[in-house]
Amino acid sequence: MPGPLLEVKNLRVEFAGRRGTLTALDDISFEIAPGEILGVVGESGAGKSLTGAAIIGLLDPPGRVVGGEIRFDGRRIDNLPYEEMRRVRGRSIGAIFQDPLTSLDPLYTVGRQLVETIRTHLPLSAADARRRAVQLLQETGIPAAEERLEQYPHQFSGGMRQRVVIALALAGEPKLIVADEPTTALDVSIQAQIIALLRRLCKDHGAAVMLITHDMGVIAETCDRVAVMYAGRIVEVGPVAAVIHSPAHPYTVGLMGSIPAMDEDRARLLQIDGAMPRLNAIPAGCAFNPRCPRAFAPCTQRRPDLMAAGSTRAACWLHAPAMQVAA
Amino acid sequence: MSATSSAAALVEVEGLAKTFDVSAPWLNRVAERKPRQFVHAVDDVAFTIDRGTTLALVGESGCGKSTVARLLVGLYAPTRGRVVFDGIDAAGPGGKRPDAIRRRMQMIFQDPYASLNPRWKVQNIVAEPLREHGLGASMPTSGTEARSRIAARVGELLASVGLAAADAEKYPHQFSGGQRQRISIARALATQPEFLVCDEPTSALDVSVQAQVLNIMKDLQTQHGLTYLFISHNLAVVRHVSDQVGVMYLGRIVELAGKAQLFARPRHPYTRMLLDAIPDIHMSGRARTPAQGEVPNPLSPPTGCTFNPRCPHANERCRVERPALLDDDGTRVACHAVEEGRI
Repeated sequence: MPGPLLEVKNLRVEFAGRRGTLTALDDISFEIAPGEILGVVGESGAGKSLTGAAIIGLLDPPGRVVGGEIRFDGRRIDNLPYEEMRRVRGRSIGAIFQDPLTSLDPLYTVGRQLVETIRTHLPLSAADARRRAVQLLQETGIPAAEERLEQYPHQFSGGMRQRVVIALALAGEPKLIVADEPTTALDVSIQAQIIALLRRLCKDHGAAVMLITHDMGVIAETCDRVAVMYAGRIVEVGPVAAVIHSPAHPYTVGLMGSIPAMDEDRARLLQIDGAMPRLNAIPAGCAFNPRCPRAFAPCTQRRPDLMAAGSTRAACWLHAPAMQVAA
Repeated sequence: MSATSSAAALVEVEGLAKTFDVSAPWLNRVAERKPRQFVHAVDDVAFTIDRGTTLALVGESGCGKSTVARLLVGLYAPTRGRVVFDGIDAAGPGGKRPDAIRRRMQMIFQDPYASLNPRWKVQNIVAEPLREHGLGASMPTSGTEARSRIAARVGELLASVGLAAADAEKYPHQFSGGQRQRISIARALATQPEFLVCDEPTSALDVSVQAQVLNIMKDLQTQHGLTYLFISHNLAVVRHVSDQVGVMYLGRIVELAGKAQLFARPRHPYTRMLLDAIPDIHMSGRARTPAQGEVPNPLSPPTGCTFNPRCPHANERCRVERPALLDDDGTRVACHAVEEGRI
């Protein structure tokens, strides 16, 4: 059995500021197998984008990795010098961001950006790179790819731009793509097209995907496994169907219940009162305890680690064997 | 379901249209021989909303749903058509909307970070409509008593949306997105309106916060008998809040139906496409056909039915003749294929 493609162990990211240090990611551990699609879901500020940024080595200062390690294909990448990381990025790990307009340079034609990216990562001649660019655009479903190469990003619609960004991410033939809210800026009918495209291309190219989104529907349709984040930690991780249909962590239960569903009628949505804590005021014990309807004694005292809970793993004392809670 | 007046109807909209002039500047038009250009943002939209119910308008960006919202509250003047509010023409004599009507309808905007003045305390934000409409004027105008009455009213309003009266002394930046949207709702409720126009009120919020805001809006509707026009692109949210749903495409309503009917039996091909496009968490195994194509440029919309280039059922008639919104089995649909019984 091959080892994991990406292995994140006890990752900790901090932001040092004038008024003390904020811990934005705390003890994050997960793995992505080759070809697997892992969804990372959570509300704004949970740390999901930050996790993605840490993996591709694009944390904005003063944010920095202060603990744990990130291994890609067995090789440690969190402490690589800038130049070496630059070669990993794009070649081994591709990235797709939310806003397709800001991921493309408005002053260069789409073709030039594609050819530049391809030639940075692959030993191809200019003509071969161009052929490859046309092929990539065709794969992403852009009609008249040949002519489109000569156009600038502003001549593309939002959905078409995101297709170009996907083509760019695939240009170096990476084994992993970190996609941070790739469909959030798009209309629903375009969203579905882009998700289907992303899933098909990654399968064709054998690339694994880390799909960061706040949209549980997108996760349900696309991913194999999902990690739920809350206040800088993973609170539950497991197969998509299990997390959606039998969530084990009270936060996941609340999150699922607050989504209006298409196939059932409820007078009121389940609501989690309060809001996610700010980074400078994360409660002691389990960070979710002040909002948790099922909190009990140990929750305010000790922080739970991920533990087996049904068919998922959840960081919640409800699922601890009795003696461990008492200890 | 027709646009004729009935006792229960609070808002009636007839043949509403808004055209924006997006022509190049005069000098460019003359020098480069460019013609004038117009966008028909809203074209011939008609609906009625019964008292105490919610009409939701859904559609993708650029379909004109927000323009309808702005036309209703009077932020835009319609190019054609009229809005009748409780039997009174909202345009009023000389095109000036009467204060009595303005007070009875309010709006909640999408972005709670942009719709609250960052330099004002919540107290002043929520009290502004009271002062603007002179709702403090019937009270003794001599300073302190009026002020304390207004403060008491602001406290009540904040409490009704689940905030504390003490929050009135804070500034918007001290609140989270969901709390800010509650402040917007409190401000909208200040004049005791009967009709609230909500333009994507939860789109900027996280799902758990969205649930809080939607629940508050539902509770307020039950308590005060409010009527809502709810604009959204999220069909799951629409299904949760609405009684009637209008689906818009390129400035027109293509289907208008009761909620149950629209979701159980969508008629227009665009409605079907939209419903098919929503990723649904409970139906992850379902095979869906992703929608084809994109919304055309509203500057040069297709002739005939504007949906015809993306429609799997389009024929020659669809390409030349624009379909009217016709009654069909309780829903109103603008589609030749439905009218001819082809689908």
